[in-house]
Amino acid sequence: MQKVARLLPEKLTVYTTLVGLLNARNYNFGGEFVEAMIRQLKETLKNNLYNEAVYLVRFLSDLVNCHVIAAPSMVAMFENFVSVTQEEDVPQVRSDWFVYVVLSCLPWVGKELYEKKDVEMDRLLSQIEGYLKRRVKTHVQMLQVWTAEKPHPQEEYLDCLWAQIQKLKKDRWQERHILRPYIAFDSVLCEALQHNLPPFTPPGHMPDAQYPMPRVVFRMFDYTDAPEGPVMPGSHSVERFVIEENLHCIIKTHWKERKTCAAQLLSYPGKNKIPLNYHIVEVIFGELFQLPTPPHIDVLYTTLLIELCKLQPGSLPQVLAQATEMLYMRLDTMNTTCIDRLINWFSHHLSNFQFRWSWDDWADCLTVDLEKPKPKFVKEVLEKSMRLSYHQRIVDIVPPTFSVLIPAEPIFIYKYLDETASTLPGYQLSITLGNAIKNRATNEEILTILKEVPNPNQEDDDDEGESFNPLKIDVFLQTLLHLAAKSFSHSFSALAKFHEILKTLADSDEGKLHTLKVIYEVWRNHPQMIAVLVDKMIRTQIVDCAAVANWLFSQDMAHEFTRLYIWEILHSTIRKMNKHVQKIQKELEEAKDKLEKQQLKRDMDKNSEDEDGQLEEQIERLQEKVESAQSEQKNLFLVIFQRFIMLLTEHLVRCETGSVDISTPWYKNCVDRLQQIFLMHHVTIQQYMGTLENLLFTAELDHHILAVYQQFCALQL
Amino acid sequence: MSAKLSALHSDSYVEVSQYRDQHFKGNRKEQEKLLNQSNTLYVGNLSFYTTEEQVHELFSKSGDVKRIIIGLDKVKKTACGFCFVEYYARGDAEHAMRFINGTRLDDRIIRTDWDAGFKEGRQYGRGKSGGQVRDEYRQDYDPARGGYGKLAQQHPPVESRNTY
Repeated sequence: MQKVARLLPEKLTVYTTLVGLLNARNYNFGGEFVEAMIRQLKETLKNNLYNEAVYLVRFLSDLVNCHVIAAPSMVAMFENFVSVTQEEDVPQVRSDWFVYVVLSCLPWVGKELYEKKDVEMDRLLSQIEGYLKRRVKTHVQMLQVWTAEKPHPQEEYLDCLWAQIQKLKKDRWQERHILRPYIAFDSVLCEALQHNLPPFTPPGHMPDAQYPMPRVVFRMFDYTDAPEGPVMPGSHSVERFVIEENLHCIIKTHWKERKTCAAQLLSYPGKNKIPLNYHIVEVIFGELFQLPTPPHIDVLYTTLLIELCKLQPGSLPQVLAQATEMLYMRLDTMNTTCIDRLINWFSHHLSNFQFRWSWDDWADCLTVDLEKPKPKFVKEVLEKSMRLSYHQRIVDIVPPTFSVLIPAEPIFIYKYLDETASTLPGYQLSITLGNAIKNRATNEEILTILKEVPNPNQEDDDDEGESFNPLKIDVFLQTLLHLAAKSFSHSFSALAKFHEILKTLADSDEGKLHTLKVIYEVWRNHPQMIAVLVDKMIRTQIVDCAAVANWLFSQDMAHEFTRLYIWEILHSTIRKMNKHVQKIQKELEEAKDKLEKQQLKRDMDKNSEDEDGQLEEQIERLQEKVESAQSEQKNLFLVIFQRFIMLLTEHLVRCETGSVDISTPWYKNCVDRLQQIFLMHHVTIQQYMGTLENLLFTAELDHHILAVYQQFCALQL
Repeated sequence: MSAKLSALHSDSYVEVSQYRDQHFKGNRKEQEKLLNQSNTLYVGNLSFYTTEEQVHELFSKSGDVKRIIIGLDKVKKTACGFCFVEYYARGDAEHAMRFINGTRLDDRIIRTDWDAGFKEGRQYGRGKSGGQVRDEYRQDYDPARGGYGKLAQQHPPVESRNTY
């Protein structure tokens, strides 16, 4: 039963009623049940499972409605929770949580508690009000999906809930949306003996506690948007809160089973009184756009929406189309990270519906600067759509007027293609090399050919010609990739076959940078290919992560800086770095565990110490490996932040001296991208706060840039 | 009660199907074990024209793809409508089973299933004509999979002969 309380929060009133009836029959059962739930609550809090703990407390509070728990003891528990706001030197997110739990139970039990203990409840609410006024809200901007307040303000979640509870109180706690089966059993339940909750002291703050992050309430619809049928409850109505809570819970419960999830969403009780399709679409987009990250993997939402369209083909697709239109209209103020997710969702969704869309409706995007959000969005959608299909398909699906937004045909650009290139220094060698590779020359033979390549950087080749030689890299890589251009697999084979040579050529920082430069030059029409080649080169250690970061921020790539694929490559690179560190850390832990077990065994068996020595050596090596990887990881982030600061400062200074407005599309994009680094990798970055504060994000920095850092810090205070 | 509770943890999209590779070198138990640990998916019902790039784009949505092997006609050595997708992490393959299986690629509903792991030779169709077995016997016309099934091509349906 407790498991059900935790796992099916959207159905809690059904199960509280059941517990109520059992308690009426058997007082001891009720007592044991309550005790067990309190124990579970303690466990859950100890294990940082705060979201689950909310459901447990809500279940307990609804048990008051079922005459299982006495109202005064529930109020006492709430008073203990709210007293956390008096604690000093604790993260704000800690007291936030305790306030949230109390407020979020009130739609269920506010009426009953107020009837029994109105003085205490008033005091409680007044304390909460005081706390909410004191709260620091620096973090809100970073979490908002849109920067504009109209048409729907992106409210901080506690502020919104408070407004909803205020309204509920004004309505004398009349709440009509929640299904309350216990009302039908009132005559039985009111005879039951109630239990008192044992006094519950909230566990103290531990340094490793991970409280939930603050969030912003996502709203995209209001009562004007659903044309016919039932009216959408207002943004500060408690019904809105309950509906959204329950829909989020359904997704949380059934996310692995998309058909069940869709069916459960569509059969939400009370659906005839609300425009359910609108609520569902709003909740789903709310999750997809949630900052820092969605609760579930992005692709889940695409597939879930498709399932919903299948189940409601006559109504849901229209709501979805309306939502898409609205999102398009508001692109100018949408957070860039959210636009990324919208691009990926929309293109994937379209690919399931033959790319049918009324593109002409969006012809307005052709009349503005193509760097503005709307045409940029369409351009990126077409690029992603092409990846899921092919170039001609995209040409066919858009009106001819949109041709300026159609992506380039993803073909290889070979410098040494034909005789017109014969004046280029590497031309002859490219032919020789090409033939050699086609004739399956050995690595030695290739290297011999390459020795002949002059080094444009040096007058005299003092060593064996081993130093950085951009021409060598250029000729070899261009020729090789040209021969292997047919598919990803062909290119991967080529990289594998000539791995040694490539590693040697790219041996220095300059070599790595130049390698990446060449890849871009030949494949600049095929960003997808660039991404997979860079990925492969990192994994096979031809280039390293810092080289990729430096390349993306280099002057050569400045004109691509606002394209989505650049950021996908950067984030993928950071993720690979993070996974690498985790992997070695895991190996170290496993080796340490093994040693411990072995030592225990030795103490009992009196075995030799040789095995220990070997293992200790291995651990020492792994320890070094971990430290080296962690250092590389930290360096990567420092490089990235440094580059951002340089770029942004340059822009701000240039605008200031030219008395020009700083808010260009480029600037907004760049600031959002800096924010994105913080948000997407906040777990890792937390480790570097000291260095970041002392070295990079100092008080001397322009306040525009510093603000991003400060908002990030505010997320965990 | 525990049967009901197991419904709460249901993850049916990730379950292994009934299909077992008849050419698998090893016993059923070994095959089961490999299927349950596998990071590799078989992908079926592809168009003959679907490229490795398209497969990579779609399947990358559930995680980092390690490699893709496009299924080939044994005789013609051209794509014959299936492929293998191998992930670095099984969790990512599971997400593909939950969210990519049963959706469209190149306008076709594709089907994914656990595979015991790619071995050289498994990239070829096992039908008599060189393609997949299913394309030997099917009666319908599918322009993205070579038109009619091989058998139907040699012995066209009776109705088409009776035209007056």
